[in-house]
Amino acid sequence: MYKYDTYDQAMVDARVAEFRDQVHRRLDGSLPEDKFRPLRLMNGLYLQLHAYMLRVAVPYGTLSSAQMRVLGDIADKYDRGYGHFTTRQNIQYNWIKLEDAPDILADLAKVEMHAIQTSGNCIRNISSDQYAGAAADELVDPRPYAELLRQWSSFHPEFSYLPRKFKIAVIASATDRAAMRLHDIGIEIVKNDKGEIGAAFYVGGGMGRTPMIAPCINAFVPLDQLVTYSEACLRVYNRYGRRDNKYKARIKILVHELGKKEYTRQVEAEFAHLLTQGIEPPLAELERIKAQFADPAFESGLTDSVDRSDPDFALWVDRNTAAHRVPGYAIVTISLKPVGGIPGDASADQIRLMADLAKEYAFDELRVTHAQNIVLAHVKKADLHALWTRLDEAGLSTANLDTIGDIIACPGLDYCSLANARSIPVAQKISERFAGREGELGEIKLKISGCINACGHHHAGHIGILGVDRKGVENYQLLLGGSEGADTSLGQITGPGFDEDGIVGAIETATGVYLANKEGEERFLDTYRRIGMAPFKEAIYG
Amino acid sequence: MNILTGNDLKTGAVTWWDGSGWSLHVDDAADAGAEADTILAREEAARHVVSAYAVDGEKTAEGVRPAHIKERIRALGPTVRLDLSLKPADPAAGNWVI
Ligand code: SF4
Repeated sequence: MYKYDTYDQAMVDARVAEFRDQVHRRLDGSLPEDKFRPLRLMNGLYLQLHAYMLRVAVPYGTLSSAQMRVLGDIADKYDRGYGHFTTRQNIQYNWIKLEDAPDILADLAKVEMHAIQTSGNCIRNISSDQYAGAAADELVDPRPYAELLRQWSSFHPEFSYLPRKFKIAVIASATDRAAMRLHDIGIEIVKNDKGEIGAAFYVGGGMGRTPMIAPCINAFVPLDQLVTYSEACLRVYNRYGRRDNKYKARIKILVHELGKKEYTRQVEAEFAHLLTQGIEPPLAELERIKAQFADPAFESGLTDSVDRSDPDFALWVDRNTAAHRVPGYAIVTISLKPVGGIPGDASADQIRLMADLAKEYAFDELRVTHAQNIVLAHVKKADLHALWTRLDEAGLSTANLDTIGDIIACPGLDYCSLANARSIPVAQKISERFAGREGELGEIKLKISGCINACGHHHAGHIGILGVDRKGVENYQLLLGGSEGADTSLGQITGPGFDEDGIVGAIETATGVYLANKEGEERFLDTYRRIGMAPFKEAIYG
Repeated sequence: MNILTGNDLKTGAVTWWDGSGWSLHVDDAADAGAEADTILAREEAARHVVSAYAVDGEKTAEGVRPAHIKERIRALGPTVRLDLSLKPADPAAGNWVI
């Protein structure tokens, strides 16, 4: 894991002191709200429906046990005993007091964490593959590249006031587990014909009001030009992105309006200029960072066999573990989606327990996934049963990864001031309705957003749900056919929306159409793609 | 009714203008009538409240009911965590919101 150097620590400590002073001045009246608001947002502090909400950055979703433990302690000490893991691989606290916020940031800084750039029109937390460094299908560990870009983008003076927020994802596997092409910039670390490692740049993707899949604008940028090329992409956006209309201000609109060819031409021209400016950090810096992501001390000669005599354990192994690149190890996903639970929420005790389990069984490291679960990336297969037993005792052993119960749901109208409708109660009803049918229905990615901003990734769900406000009444639109993997596609709306019970019924009908038409090993998405929308529409609306 | 709501500056808690100060309980909400803008400006300037605004509401047999669901959820708390709401002992409290 990356360790702060003295510069990192000094910057974060200085930010805490600065914010403490700003809060003090807000409370004593010397700083009015209109001046204070942008400053608190730069520190991840929003004012939401019920209280202040603090969003803490988890760089590329990676946490140490010590950091995770502090996240649990903050939930107890300053919040109401729980935290919410988000689709940006971050954590949010919903009940923060303004007067406590500087102390929370100070607690975070002690474990090399902060909330900087988790809000505002700047480059946000960089996301990555939750299986980084462990996946059997990985070219290299993408996190050193994500870390390099984190350092470049932190406090970057030119990109502090972009036309709109900016999200970057970095992956290094053919299997995209980070929705890479639905980011402002998606970077895939690739190998060219000569066997050299470089980066493919996908620019102008995103969800929200106008969902777009990012086109590839450069299939191979040499690694010693990674930062320079990123800077060129941002510069063109910063110069020409629409500042006159918030709804047209994301880079996806610029790339779409200019066209991929013209945007790329401008980026290449800017890139050629920037190459003469010597802005790229020396490769030695990348090597320094890489050294901090060295493999943990994997043991050799371990067994791959697992005692499957306990059927509940065997089911969990089948659903919630993935292939590791080192024999004898597995990647474990801890589902934060118990039947009827709130997707992504974990109590302070559960957070601390996961920290302890990471220390005991997974080389002291955890990952937050964009699907709002937690990953222990390196677990000995021989330890799986002991780990599962401990998780089970804490209500953390739900065996539903990538099934209909593993729902992504944004906070929606229960917490979010921008929401049109509640997301969580819909997720709860669906997970209760379909509990026990995960095997029959196979892989289904179901995603719910409480408004068009799409924090719940509804466009990318095999089944997506969008909450809308119909004359003050919650209404839910159904989308089918979205995907966020290597085969990224955007879901299509089935037709008129439903009330809360109606949407659950519509999903029941849609899954019925799937089961009736399924061929062989087809997933829901495969069947949808083969037979199209018409049979679903007909069954749902009659 | 023209009722006023906002958040407590220090704690962020949802509050309602009760005619002389800010209450946590929507049932205490007073009709600000044509005085709304004056009260909001004065109270924000005095740092008694932040992000305050006026909303429609009506007085019903059960108390004051804001017109929009968003304000009713603000008045109660998250419907999915009634234990953290203002009515933790009432399992049906969420029905009031709908
Ligand atoms: S999608 Fe809308 S309702 Fe959901 S968290 Fe984002 S802004 Fe809030």
